[in-house]
Amino acid sequence: MLLDVRDLRVAYRDRGVPLPAVRGVDLSLGAGETLGLAGESGCGKSTLASAILRLLPGNAEVSGEILLNGADVLKMSWGQLRAVRWNEASIVFQGAMHALNPVRTIGHQIAEAIVLHAPKAARATARRQVDELLEQVGVPAWRADSFPHELSGGQKQRVMIAMALACSPQLIIADEPTTALDVMVQAQVLALLNQLVRERGVGLILISHDLSVLASTCDRVAVMYAGRVVEQGPGHRLFADAAHPYAQALAAAFPVIGDMSSRRAPRGLPGDPPDPREVGGGCAFAPRCPVALPECVQYDVRLRTVDAERSAACVHVGNGQTVTSAGDGGAEGREATA
Amino acid sequence: MTVSVHPVLEARNLHVGFGGRGRGVPPVRAVDGVELAIDKGQILALAGESGSGKTTLARTLLGLQRPYAGQVLHHGRPLDYSGKGLKALRRRVQLVLQDPTGALNPRRTVYEAVAEGLRIHRVPGDERALVAKALSQAGLRPAERFFHRYPHELSGGQRQRVVIAGALVLEPELIIADEPVASLDASVRGEILALLLSLRDELGLSVLVVTHDLGLAWNIADKLAVMYLGRIVEVGRTEQVLAAPRHPYTAALLSVLPEAAGREPVILAGESPDPSRIPSGCRFHPRCPALADGLAARAGVAERCVTESLPVLPLHGQHAAACLLSGHIGDGIAGAAGGSATGLISA
Repeated sequence: MLLDVRDLRVAYRDRGVPLPAVRGVDLSLGAGETLGLAGESGCGKSTLASAILRLLPGNAEVSGEILLNGADVLKMSWGQLRAVRWNEASIVFQGAMHALNPVRTIGHQIAEAIVLHAPKAARATARRQVDELLEQVGVPAWRADSFPHELSGGQKQRVMIAMALACSPQLIIADEPTTALDVMVQAQVLALLNQLVRERGVGLILISHDLSVLASTCDRVAVMYAGRVVEQGPGHRLFADAAHPYAQALAAAFPVIGDMSSRRAPRGLPGDPPDPREVGGGCAFAPRCPVALPECVQYDVRLRTVDAERSAACVHVGNGQTVTSAGDGGAEGREATA
Repeated sequence: MTVSVHPVLEARNLHVGFGGRGRGVPPVRAVDGVELAIDKGQILALAGESGSGKTTLARTLLGLQRPYAGQVLHHGRPLDYSGKGLKALRRRVQLVLQDPTGALNPRRTVYEAVAEGLRIHRVPGDERALVAKALSQAGLRPAERFFHRYPHELSGGQRQRVVIAGALVLEPELIIADEPVASLDASVRGEILALLLSLRDELGLSVLVVTHDLGLAWNIADKLAVMYLGRIVEVGRTEQVLAAPRHPYTAALLSVLPEAAGREPVILAGESPDPSRIPSGCRFHPRCPALADGLAARAGVAERCVTESLPVLPLHGQHAAACLLSGHIGDGIAGAAGGSATGLISA
């Protein structure tokens, strides 16, 4: 297994009080696989992504295991970690195209990653590698001498992907890589990412709040709410036939054009995500849940089996049998009570 | 639905450009001949990629930008570009921007943000009552609870509701919303769109939504205009345009939507083109899939696609597309360019 995250918990310490952002997440990803992470702002999906490469700020408390090719990232020394970043795993951050240095050419910026992380022998060929990388992501090689302002948004996003590829990592994490891009450019960038997965066998974690994007791109999708995975399964099934009421609401937020039931009937989800200070006890989604039962506010529900491919954390799912296999369900393996 | 003979706002042969000096045609033609009308109580979606000119068109309709040719009519009268005239227009036509966090002053309370318009326009009456009414119309109830909150204490959806309340407080007849949900979370998106729809139903408000999101148009718009490189290339009732697109550009946009499972996506190469270099002939021809795959040649129009510039789509009339093929084969283009016209509506 390329990546195996076990019972990951992250809390940000705010004036001495820990605020939980990720509350026990298990994920796994093999080479050549794509995993989508969906959820709204504050659900912990970006914290989770940063935690995988230990990029969290100093006030974050992390526990659990993050096994990258079997080695626990959380136990690595700084030297080991440095070797892992870029070479084994890299991240394309949200809005990363604004992170390009405006006074350096893009070729220089891509080469920087290669020069800093590759062995000496590779440095001489850095420039040629830059050209190859740009071609791979569909930007003409002569663009290496361009400055970021000379590129369009879509091209800048491609440059960021080229940079993430610079040291041939096995794992790429892309956090909202197509937000703020036009539909046509979004389609181009998603097609590029899929091609990289197919041709180079990289493992891809794609993070987005747009479930329709993930459903069409990813083998498996995990929907997060308030720091937990509340449903996971094959992307297309999650979009068409979600089991958890939150995943259903997320799927319904993006209408299928032609579906008369959504014509002049936009569907949202009333209420706001919970304050991390107030999460705990019952199901975190219960206050907004259209089908909540009285006991939902008291009993915490962990992932349960929906069918062979899917699991969801909802009392309405299955017969109460909790998923126990590692990489799928709660590490405690039991339906935790409050 | 129309009470007045004239639409609320109308663009006639509108041309807006940037750069250049003085008279003559400017080098960048952002809006290059547009006819458009927004009727009372109508929700019109203006869709297109970045660089298509949709935001420039919206700004020109608001009087923020002046056309170099053509004109904007408000209830049939040309816009008055004097300071007084524009101030009067802006009481009737309000703008809602994409990013509510950027649109609100972080040091002003919700009350002050909403009351600002009343103060600028010296609206008589009970300010507190008017602010409370606007907030509750925007779905922030009970309004008094929000008076003394600051933007950072609100969620993204609540902030956008405050911005909408700030527009509603002046009782406008038209709201121009530029990507009103693009920066909001998926679950909040539907809530804000439902709000726009209910404002139209309850207050008879007209709404012009500028967006790149065709799903948004399907959710709320009565009429849809698709813009490409400064021109409207297809316009019609939303159902017609989205179910049976007649312009290959619209068909391609529809085919790349992630939820369009089962259809072969037509991914147009390259970015949205440059309004300083508008191609001759049909402005879409360099990227047109129908020209590239020989459909245009079979219909015998390939030559004209490259050389003949198309007329501006008329203001009135039904579903229309600025494409030589749309007249020849009508709806067949949707199938040829990727989307199955029948498959679309059956979902």
